[in-house]
Amino acid sequence: MGRLSVKPAATADGRVGEFAAALARRVEAMPPGMCPVSLVLGQLQVARAQTCGKCTPCAQGMPKMERLLQDVEQFRADERTLVELRRAAELLRDTGDCAVGWQAAETLLAGLDAFADEFASHVQAGACAAGTRQTVPCATQCPAHVNIPAYIALAGEGRCDEAVKMIRKDNPFPTACALVCEHPCEAHCRRTMVDAPVNIRGIKKHVVDSVAADAVPVPRPLPSTGKRVAVVGGGPSGLTCAYFLALMGHDVTVHEGRKRLGGMMRYGIPAYRLPRERLDEDLRAICSLPNVEVKTESPVDAAEMERLSSRCDAVYVAVGAQGGKMLDLPGADAAGVMSAVDLLSRIGDDDYPDFTGKNVVVVGGGNVAMDCARTSVRAGAASVTVAYRRRLEDMTALAVEVEAAIAEGVEMMCLQAPERVETDADGHACALACRPQRIGEVRRGRPAPVPADKPELRIPADVVLIAVGQAIEGAPFEEFGMQADRTRLCADEFLRAPGFDNVFVGGDCQWGPKTVIMAIAAGKTAAANIDEALGFRHALDCGAEVPPARLNDRTPYGRVQVAERPARERRRDFACVELPVSGEEAAQECRRCLRCDVYGIGALTGKDQERW
Amino acid sequence: MVTITLNGRPVEAPAGTMLVDAAARAGVDIPTLCYLKGLNCIGSCRACLVEVEGEGLVASCNTAVRDGMVVRTDAPAAAAARRANLQAVMDGHRAVCAACVRQDTCALRRLAADCNLADSPGPLPEKGAWDEAFPLQRDASKCIKCMRCVAVCREVQHCGVWDFTGAGPSMKVVVRDGLPISKAGCTLCGQCVTHCPTGALTARDDTDRVLEAILDPAVMTVAQVAPAVRAAWGEGVGLSHEEATPGRLAASLHALGFDKAFDTDFAADLTIMEEGSEFVEFLGSDKPRPLFTSCCPGWVRFVKLHRPHLAAQLSSSKSPHQMMGAVVKNTLADEAAAAGKRLFCVSVMPCVAKKYECAVPELATAPAGGDNIAKAVPDVDAVLTVREFDRLLRTVGVNCADLPETAFDNPLGTSTGAGTIFGRTGGVMEAALRSAAFLVTGKNPDFSACDTTAATPEVPWMSRELVIGGTTVRVAVASGLENTAKLLEALESGEASFDFVEIMACPGGCVAGGGQPIHFNSERGAFRADILNRLDAADALRCSHENPDIQKLYADWLDAPLSHTAHAWLHTDQESWQI
Repeated sequence: MGRLSVKPAATADGRVGEFAAALARRVEAMPPGMCPVSLVLGQLQVARAQTCGKCTPCAQGMPKMERLLQDVEQFRADERTLVELRRAAELLRDTGDCAVGWQAAETLLAGLDAFADEFASHVQAGACAAGTRQTVPCATQCPAHVNIPAYIALAGEGRCDEAVKMIRKDNPFPTACALVCEHPCEAHCRRTMVDAPVNIRGIKKHVVDSVAADAVPVPRPLPSTGKRVAVVGGGPSGLTCAYFLALMGHDVTVHEGRKRLGGMMRYGIPAYRLPRERLDEDLRAICSLPNVEVKTESPVDAAEMERLSSRCDAVYVAVGAQGGKMLDLPGADAAGVMSAVDLLSRIGDDDYPDFTGKNVVVVGGGNVAMDCARTSVRAGAASVTVAYRRRLEDMTALAVEVEAAIAEGVEMMCLQAPERVETDADGHACALACRPQRIGEVRRGRPAPVPADKPELRIPADVVLIAVGQAIEGAPFEEFGMQADRTRLCADEFLRAPGFDNVFVGGDCQWGPKTVIMAIAAGKTAAANIDEALGFRHALDCGAEVPPARLNDRTPYGRVQVAERPARERRRDFACVELPVSGEEAAQECRRCLRCDVYGIGALTGKDQERW
Repeated sequence: MVTITLNGRPVEAPAGTMLVDAAARAGVDIPTLCYLKGLNCIGSCRACLVEVEGEGLVASCNTAVRDGMVVRTDAPAAAAARRANLQAVMDGHRAVCAACVRQDTCALRRLAADCNLADSPGPLPEKGAWDEAFPLQRDASKCIKCMRCVAVCREVQHCGVWDFTGAGPSMKVVVRDGLPISKAGCTLCGQCVTHCPTGALTARDDTDRVLEAILDPAVMTVAQVAPAVRAAWGEGVGLSHEEATPGRLAASLHALGFDKAFDTDFAADLTIMEEGSEFVEFLGSDKPRPLFTSCCPGWVRFVKLHRPHLAAQLSSSKSPHQMMGAVVKNTLADEAAAAGKRLFCVSVMPCVAKKYECAVPELATAPAGGDNIAKAVPDVDAVLTVREFDRLLRTVGVNCADLPETAFDNPLGTSTGAGTIFGRTGGVMEAALRSAAFLVTGKNPDFSACDTTAATPEVPWMSRELVIGGTTVRVAVASGLENTAKLLEALESGEASFDFVEIMACPGGCVAGGGQPIHFNSERGAFRADILNRLDAADALRCSHENPDIQKLYADWLDAPLSHTAHAWLHTDQESWQI
């Protein structure tokens, strides 16, 4: 006998880990549309399982709260139950000894407030609140509601051309999204419960790498309606709207201010993420429609808006957020300081900068900041540094973007708030002075930086790139008479501009800078509602059918990741960073799809995915 | 074709066939509750589990055959799992079978007996609030969430009255958008009732009111039976269709104690005289095409609730049983008064919507000399579905098989084959065409030119063109409201154009009506339509205008079709009332 043992006292602890991990995965795959009352109950039941049993308000209170919540969930309760529940939670919050108890109570109380309507419906109407019903997770999470299980099934059968058609049913940019979509579809993928989310974007990339989008003919437009629609802005939103309206038989003219189509996909996203020739595949397919006319280098001012709205049957304004925001820093007007938008938009017209031998500092922590940093590396910079006020994990850029930038040699200097740009004798930027920060209290869900008691930091900088957001250039449209909220152009939920019968507005210029797929969703919505406003209800045939499902493969697998070229090689050019997903990798990923459009609630709602 | 091994035997089935159907083709019966072929393959009840080699237990309703699949439906593990899931369904079902109108036709009850299930150990679910006056009744405590009503209403009947809401244990079937049923656009076709596996959905029971009237010595009870009733009424009282003749039907009405038993077929003939004349007049007018039939109250409700702009194009003719009610109330009034009795008119119908129709004040004959609709006494006092009629026969203990056949009472009992086929899709149109030609040319047409037996709910609509007295007439027939919606869309887009269109709300017409006897997962419409067609073929009289009693009715009371009296008794201004 020894005095100390290496064996844990609770012998099950060693085996608990994988079960806790499974629980965490299940939480991650929380299905959209679930009843919030059930969610609150589920949270409490996890907390109750964690109770040690020592303190009265927790050991006695948790089972009581669970019972009360079950009564509410099962419509056996009334308002008094909610009062009793709140009292029990307040007692635990105020008198609990440790966080297992008081934190659970705080969460429960927050839930009672956040879901007040849902709780009220349970005790008053005896039913879940209106709209509470589960749906197919990926297709619901995709803003454009692309029928993802259907195209995965088609891809899995090697029918990539039909997969392109199926994607195009809701999204005419299969290639652009295959390369740059932030894939919100994967966030609640049910496969996560088994192992990890299906690599949906990876499958889509395999599809468009196997068959180029412009090699898959678009459907023939429906018979001409004789209606004319003007689309202002040739980015993802405007072109999506133009594509669907043209398919419905309307004549569409796209007015684009710049030299080429694509919007931020060309003038914002660098070519190493979205090669121009790949973007052109989508654009060629869209422009192959005979009733889409494109006018480039034709910016629309207030007078032109007036003409378009009176001469056309409808106008869709989707001008994006193309202005670069600047910081109000001393020295920000120095030579060498520019906005991210300036840099990236010039590249869109093939005007590449030469930063050979220069020290570049990028201010910001979003995806655009990473785009600037990685572009600077490729432009030959001697050093590239990102200066950011918060921590690495607080960056709004996707983690993979941050990792890729680091791999390419970008230095991340976190907790550094820019104070001023220092200039040399010629008035040229030579350094960025930063005020060190300390990460502090969580405010509105995010830890906020506060000035730290540390000396100022000076980062040598010949070029300072400001990537702190984009501005909407809405002045011509406000002058024309459209409403704006600060700089965002206003629209109702159907994207109709208030005060106009035939003017619609959507995308970045309406809800602020967001993602390509969000812009596409707005364009699709606008197309449907413009068609309706013109007195039609056209239904489109995408030319592909949803294949029947195979039984689920329940064996856990690892998730196939999209491979990238070695950092030391790719950092020298603007060629695509990502490598193709192989046929066998794609086939394995496709087999992991659980066909939630057929199994589970999808058996009831999955068909909704087949029509708009 | 794909070959699988089913219970050790090779079985062939077309690719894409679900296992449950492949098994059925091979004569192997797999229990199901939620599955409705082609419409509801949601795999929710898990009563149809089978064992597939290498895959374990799978739901046979949503698993398609694959070449080489080895399937056992008779494996003890599959049977045990099916039984366990059925027990779970039973645990959430208020199994008060003894007092349930579906006790003989409930799919769950049959499986419960087969699988030796126990009553639920927990408290019984609650019935939930419902408008008890509405002809469609719902008991939430018997709902097993199979979603068949949701699918039928949405996919087959284009109405989407039923929906589901909530998630998890809180998920339930509800009227869409939380509306009261009377405001939800329900046409009362009753297809959800005939496709409900349990007693959750039923038609309002009016048998007590009818029995009371029969027992009341101060009441003269008059019954009428719709054309389609004769094709199905025997199913609920254990008669074969050879035994369940119209003569035995008339005898059973008398056996129940009705003072008079009339045949709605007679009123169908009358409808043809009125609607046929209306159509002949319409052909010469420049009114917007087409004219729609108005015999089906489910269709009339669909128009008024979902396509009100078409109300003006509905025929002004009342439906046959309403015409019969009007004729009974107006022509037998003196006879009843002389006997010191008041008339009570009962329609036995294959229909749920007729329960609402008989209570529409505007469909009662307007009191002479006044326009006060509120004072109008209904022409038809009660409507029984065929299921209620059969229940009444069982309650009274009528031994139908032993009844000698009798004729329907006169003078409203003689009918023609044209009236009989009103009970199937296309029948109204065919009967109308037989007589329209006569009304125009004075000669009977070639029957084959009028034939509509090709009409079926499997295709959206059937159409034909024929020449009547030098005019080309384009007619179409549709049944089922999804089919109807497609036809209306084609008419509105100009893709199709017709002069006269017959619509029946139930797929296949009244033979498959929402008030007919229920057989789980067995669509009897085509079989019952054959019975009507055979009766028509065997009838000596096959054209409505040849019915001598119809001619006599016009001579004694109505003068001529579309006369002033005919309008007062037999027509309604469709635009003057809404639902």
